[in-house]
Amino acid sequence: MKILWFLLEKEFRQIFRDPGILRVIFIMPVMQLILLPNAADYEIKNIHITVVDNDHSSYSRQLISKITASGYFKLEHYSTNYPGALEDVEKDRADLVLEIPPKFEKQLVKEDESTVFMSVNAINGVKANIGGAYLQSIVEDFNREVRLKWVQFPRFNPQPVIQVTSANWFNPLMSYKQFMVPGILVILVTMVGSFLATLNIVKEKELGTIEQINVTPIRKYHFILGKLIPFWVLGLLIFTIGLLIARVVYGIVPAGHLFVIYVFAAVYLLAILGLGLLISTFTATQQQAMLISFFLMMVFILLSGLYTSIDSMPAWAKMITRFNPVTYFIEVMRMVVLKGSGLRDISGQIFTVLLFAVFLNGWAVLSYRKRA
Amino acid sequence: MKSVTAQDLVKTYGTKKDVVTALNNVSFEVEQGELFGIIGPDGAGKTSLFRILTTLLLADSGRATVDNLDVVKDLKAIRKRVGYMPGRFSLYQDLTVAENLEFFATIFETSIQENYDLIKDIYQQIEPFKDRRAGKLSGGMKQKLALSCALIHRPGVLFLDEPTTGVDAVSRKEFWDMLKTLKRQGITILVSTPYMDEASLCDRVALIQTGNILSIDSPAGIVDNFKPTLLAVRANQMYPLLLDLQRYEGARDAYAFGEYHHLVLKSGFNEAGVRSYLDRSAHEGVEIKPSRPVIEDCFIALMKQPTGAAADNHQPSA
Repeated sequence: MKILWFLLEKEFRQIFRDPGILRVIFIMPVMQLILLPNAADYEIKNIHITVVDNDHSSYSRQLISKITASGYFKLEHYSTNYPGALEDVEKDRADLVLEIPPKFEKQLVKEDESTVFMSVNAINGVKANIGGAYLQSIVEDFNREVRLKWVQFPRFNPQPVIQVTSANWFNPLMSYKQFMVPGILVILVTMVGSFLATLNIVKEKELGTIEQINVTPIRKYHFILGKLIPFWVLGLLIFTIGLLIARVVYGIVPAGHLFVIYVFAAVYLLAILGLGLLISTFTATQQQAMLISFFLMMVFILLSGLYTSIDSMPAWAKMITRFNPVTYFIEVMRMVVLKGSGLRDISGQIFTVLLFAVFLNGWAVLSYRKRA
Repeated sequence: MKSVTAQDLVKTYGTKKDVVTALNNVSFEVEQGELFGIIGPDGAGKTSLFRILTTLLLADSGRATVDNLDVVKDLKAIRKRVGYMPGRFSLYQDLTVAENLEFFATIFETSIQENYDLIKDIYQQIEPFKDRRAGKLSGGMKQKLALSCALIHRPGVLFLDEPTTGVDAVSRKEFWDMLKTLKRQGITILVSTPYMDEASLCDRVALIQTGNILSIDSPAGIVDNFKPTLLAVRANQMYPLLLDLQRYEGARDAYAFGEYHHLVLKSGFNEAGVRSYLDRSAHEGVEIKPSRPVIEDCFIALMKQPTGAAADNHQPSA
């Protein structure tokens, strides 16, 4: 016990003596948590549109002002011919081109029908998709207004119509940040937990200090606990700071109990630290460890359901997400923070992550050798 | 009592295609309280040997004991009793001098006070800097700290892997003085070094080359075993002289040695023969004198023998 205590003391001393590490641990996550959710936003705004108005009528002007008034579009250029507009697309100045044909208004009034042409720059798939859909719905809306003006609707619809109204549960305003901030916090805790522990042990290998430790009668579990506990504590500390930022900056108050979140975070950190430990037993230099961690982190982030929904992934990718501890934490965070789930609701996730922790730590301990 | 024994230790590195033999049937014994030197150039296998004896590395075959404990079976007991100072400075650079010492005292479940008498002479020299971080110490001070840390648990056997490599001449001398003091405390010390001149400071030395022990003897014994005539030769133009000496029919070996060349003669040749041989060439300022062999001469001679012969001729005499 005394030895373990002393090991912990030494570890914390070293951590707090390294200003670089302290910056990484405290300032970086705070900055990221404040900046990232504001910048990395799903909502597509500032779609550049070029309009080719061949009609110059009051209707065409109304349509255009309706588009620009929506707030999503920026009128990039008001072109007189289609080839000119296409050039904007080619030069990547415009994401969309809307062509209003000559006699647009006349046809609409006389023949009750007119067409507009929309061409989409599909290089940025997401923007093209969503921009196209926005524009379409604006045009439809415009169409309805025109019809209201010209056609007297009967009191009852001639055809049966289903009207849809919806309510958003758990996140009534569909606030993107409510959804993202807990996820980003999970990634930050994961990075600090696994990277720092890995690098710390590999650094001892690089400097040769592990050699000097190995020749002492120190027990394997003392050494490993001496490495795990400090980063477990730091991980929880960062997690707490992150939750505070979520509350102060984004006003996110978990709907569920904080205790539930912490129980999960504690188990989760064990699993992540086990992973870090495992990486460190298989690498000899900090560079190797960095590269492996970096690679794993990519997989973790992209296959965790942080940015893209797991349900829409192909079956094999879904399988991979089941082996990704980050997935479970993000799930749990969203469940507890948004829905207010309790311990019983997340017991499945806790159990799975506990399995991860046992497996990864067990493997790491078995492959950590004090002799070559 | 034997403090350290090694029996037919073999260690190879690498896979099938590219095998490097670090240790090839290495056997030796070290007496209790002896200062035993393992002398050999870089890559001779010194560090591998030390790592096996300190239980950090497993030998491919062969047996070794430290304090009558087997290095494979009783590794836990051995780790309590040996002090190891690796060739590279391996203490925590971001902890202070005092913290490092306290750290190693604690993990050996002892305290600085308990064994302070043992390290006092060494530690007092760095005590003024005890609040300085180990990484900021000079080379000589780092080495003293490392020695203090290796001694803090009063080990029975001390392994020092190239402790004087990269240390200035004054510190080297100081360091050997410290070792002599420790020896008086009854600690068995194994020290490896690439410097031949340090061999004479040991009680006994093992000369090691590419994993083979060439000779084990006291420094004086090794020198006595050097039978051929050794001449020191110099001239104004040293390099042509060396080439001529190497071409001489009576030369067993000729090599540069400080400001002289050393010439080892085959039996049946003498100084006068060399003089008349050199007179025939156009060397100016030729000076020839008999020379007492030093360890380095013995090492070079042993190195050039076929390895089998070396092992046969130089069985441990102690």
